Amino acid sequence: MSTKPTPAPIESGPRLSRRAFLVSSAAAGGALVVGLTLRGRLHSSPDPSKDPYNAWIRIHPDGKTELILNKSEMGQGVFTSLPMILAEEAEIDFSRITVIQAVNADGTGGSASVMESYPPLRRAGAQVRETMIAAAAHRWGIPTTECRARNSQVTHTPSGRTLSYAALVQDARRLPLPDPNTVPLKDPKDFSLLGRPIPHLDIPDKVKGTAQFGLDVRLPGMVYAVVAQCPYLRGDLVRYDAAKAKAVSGVLDVFDIPTDPNSANKNTREIAIVATNTWAAIQGRNALAIEWKPGQYHDESTESLNTQLRAGLDAQEYWNTTNTSLNPDTVPTAKRIESVYEFPFLAHATMEPMNITVRLEGGRCEIWSPTQVGGSTQERAAKILGIDKRDVIVHVTFMGGGLGRRLGDPFDHQALRIAQRIQRPVQLVWTREDDFTHDRYRPTCMHRLRGGIDQEGNIVSWTDRFANTSIIGQLDPRRAQEYELGGAVDMPYPVQHFRTSYVPVESGVMRGTWRSVEVTFNILSVECFIDELAHLARQDPYLFRRRLLESAAAHPPAPRSNLGRLADPAHLIHMLDLVTEKAGWGEPLDRNRGRGLSCFYSKTTYLAQVAEVTVKDGGIHVDRVVTVVDPGLVINSSGIRAQIEGAILMGLSATLKERITVKDGMIEQKNFDSYDLLRMPDTPQLETYVVPGGRPPGGIGEPPLALIGPSVGNAIFNATGKRLRKLPFRLDEATA
Amino acid sequence: MFAARDGWLAAKGWPLQWDWMELYLEGISMASFTLQINGLSHNIDAEPAMPLLWVLRDLLNLTGTKYGCGIGLCGACTVHIDGTAARSCQTPVSTAVGRHIITIEGLGAGELHPVQQAWIAEQVPQCGYCQPGQIMSAAALLVQKPHPTDKDIDEGMAGNLCRCSTYFRIRNAIHRVAGQETQETRP
Repeated sequence: MSTKPTPAPIESGPRLSRRAFLVSSAAAGGALVVGLTLRGRLHSSPDPSKDPYNAWIRIHPDGKTELILNKSEMGQGVFTSLPMILAEEAEIDFSRITVIQAVNADGTGGSASVMESYPPLRRAGAQVRETMIAAAAHRWGIPTTECRARNSQVTHTPSGRTLSYAALVQDARRLPLPDPNTVPLKDPKDFSLLGRPIPHLDIPDKVKGTAQFGLDVRLPGMVYAVVAQCPYLRGDLVRYDAAKAKAVSGVLDVFDIPTDPNSANKNTREIAIVATNTWAAIQGRNALAIEWKPGQYHDESTESLNTQLRAGLDAQEYWNTTNTSLNPDTVPTAKRIESVYEFPFLAHATMEPMNITVRLEGGRCEIWSPTQVGGSTQERAAKILGIDKRDVIVHVTFMGGGLGRRLGDPFDHQALRIAQRIQRPVQLVWTREDDFTHDRYRPTCMHRLRGGIDQEGNIVSWTDRFANTSIIGQLDPRRAQEYELGGAVDMPYPVQHFRTSYVPVESGVMRGTWRSVEVTFNILSVECFIDELAHLARQDPYLFRRRLLESAAAHPPAPRSNLGRLADPAHLIHMLDLVTEKAGWGEPLDRNRGRGLSCFYSKTTYLAQVAEVTVKDGGIHVDRVVTVVDPGLVINSSGIRAQIEGAILMGLSATLKERITVKDGMIEQKNFDSYDLLRMPDTPQLETYVVPGGRPPGGIGEPPLALIGPSVGNAIFNATGKRLRKLPFRLDEATA
Repeated sequence: MFAARDGWLAAKGWPLQWDWMELYLEGISMASFTLQINGLSHNIDAEPAMPLLWVLRDLLNLTGTKYGCGIGLCGACTVHIDGTAARSCQTPVSTAVGRHIITIEGLGAGELHPVQQAWIAEQVPQCGYCQPGQIMSAAALLVQKPHPTDKDIDEGMAGNLCRCSTYFRIRNAIHRVAGQETQETRP
């Protein structure tokens, strides 16, 4: 079985209309071909009347099956989980399926690949199964109701006769495909593959070192480029000495890159250094004797941003949502508290630095890119080069981590301009220093929460003022609430007088999507503050949450926003009960140790978690993390566990270690010496319980990431009595 | 020979370019080295200070060894030099001459090394980019300590970063090679 990202055959290119596709499918080597449309994240949902298919199933007369997939693989396991869905519904022998990476694959992200591809893959799989059954029934001259399909063959149940899918391909091709919207689907009770632990198909190549990432692309005659980029936020170039760089052995050329008029950095010039190898290009850049000058954000710093964010806590709001005509801050309560939670910028730090390889030849453009948005790259390239989109092909390689960073900005533009100039295949390599200083960072922000409770510990008032260097706000500050309040306005606890308001804060630092995006800061604030309210009420944090959720289950509160489905409180209670039982909640712990609890619902996945920490000698060590997850239906029980474990630990890395700071209008961190990540000695014991509920599959790549911060913060409080509210958690920054 | 290309460039309004061959001939201060990599001899021309990492990747197309940080802090570039784990990004090519270099491509000598097998059995990799370095570090650790404790693993693997954070499974895979109990706590 192969999962190498190989160029897809021609009919998979999006240049073909459905009509053209139908014609070409007849010529596809005698295979039965079924097209389907998988929604691209970050794009509007497909309009079947306009969108061409972007994924295909091909069953060849030898029985081999190909799934041509417009999703890209960044470690999340979609090259295994998505063909599993197809195999299950189509009754195809899983070992006969090969995944082929579609060119221009677009829109992988947002924990959406399984969640959103599950319905269309099942419908297409059912089309395959029903067509094979119809072909067999026709051949035998019997009704289809007497046939069943299993393991790539159709059986006539009364007689026991069988026909393999391979033998039926030629007949099946001549039959009309059933309507995907009405084709009968299997009862999930009958699933036999989904839910099993299936080894990831890409892992053997990844342990041999033969899996091809973007940086591993090697083309005949290829040269290597690095770029010199301004260290100042929106600064500019003063001077450089190209001759010095050209004197470096292996350097071929040094030149200004035309700026991207669509970029926020359109006034910042950049220089390309092209060489026979990456190291020579880096040496050339070092020799440039380059001088930069700061721009409009010359005095921006972490301190100035914090001042702005704090001012935002009292500034005129841009937006609010509330369930009361009263001011929650002044309604009568028995007790009330106020807390401010502070979050830094974060870097993606994917292990594979940003890169892209471009070949311009014969009026066409070929791109090799480890990208989450190959289709956007294709469109942008066509625009930059002034050529037809159909003359651009983006080969999507494996990604050495995606995490929301690989959206093409701005390295696609740089590489295309370099390739235009040098007319050789070129690989643009961002060094780790480029990556750290020119990322699209997770926003820095503050939540100020004010809460009041009555004598029984019911939440009477809750105001959340959120000041944020918004992501979407870079384009339109007034739209940020649509995207960046998830987890905050839809938090599950009932509140009599509730109000959330939002203030955007300006920064020269570019912001972007960082795995789990807004819930990383929103859930930490909510779940830590709930813990604070439990303490205020002198109640156990588990029982406090449980009682509030029971009240919500008995009297469902009106929705506070249109941000999507609210959690079922009864189900969250079930998760809390389960995790506290597994973790031994309430059992005594040694001195210096503590337990913290949190729970969360996101992308239709329910989670609850208990972290155990030791706080000793000025250090915080997380010893054990017990997590229960109900993602709905489980596709691959091995892969889903890997995603949960990895998300927990990446979240822990952010909780304890990561922070990007700004000084004199520059990003201070340049490499892992100043921005360290979680390492092996920091890794706790993980106990993960996946308890599939009777719902379609939910998102899993992101939700578990948001839980560990509040679990650890609450555990530190339990161990020490100190409430940490500034990320990353450091004991000397205690504010309680 | 460039007529077709130049015509296309002109049609697009793009600038015509100089002759690349001349630039290739300008190489200076290069030296010739013979390296023993995965049991084979390779002759290369490079600057003496060029890190082994880039020699492997860009001159020899042995791309299994990864670039991650360039300052020896992430471990993605780990290879074996005379049987010891080394950061190839911190190894000038001139110092690697006459030494026995093994990269991920040569680790298993025709079949999968036990560490690679354990990595598959435990389903360690996610994105997979750091894993050649992790595997090389783990293989070297297991030579030194065939039955490592958790603390040995902490120390031996602390230099290898994994952004997918597969550390929990890496630990289990190393224990698996050593034939020890893993931290198996799955329900």
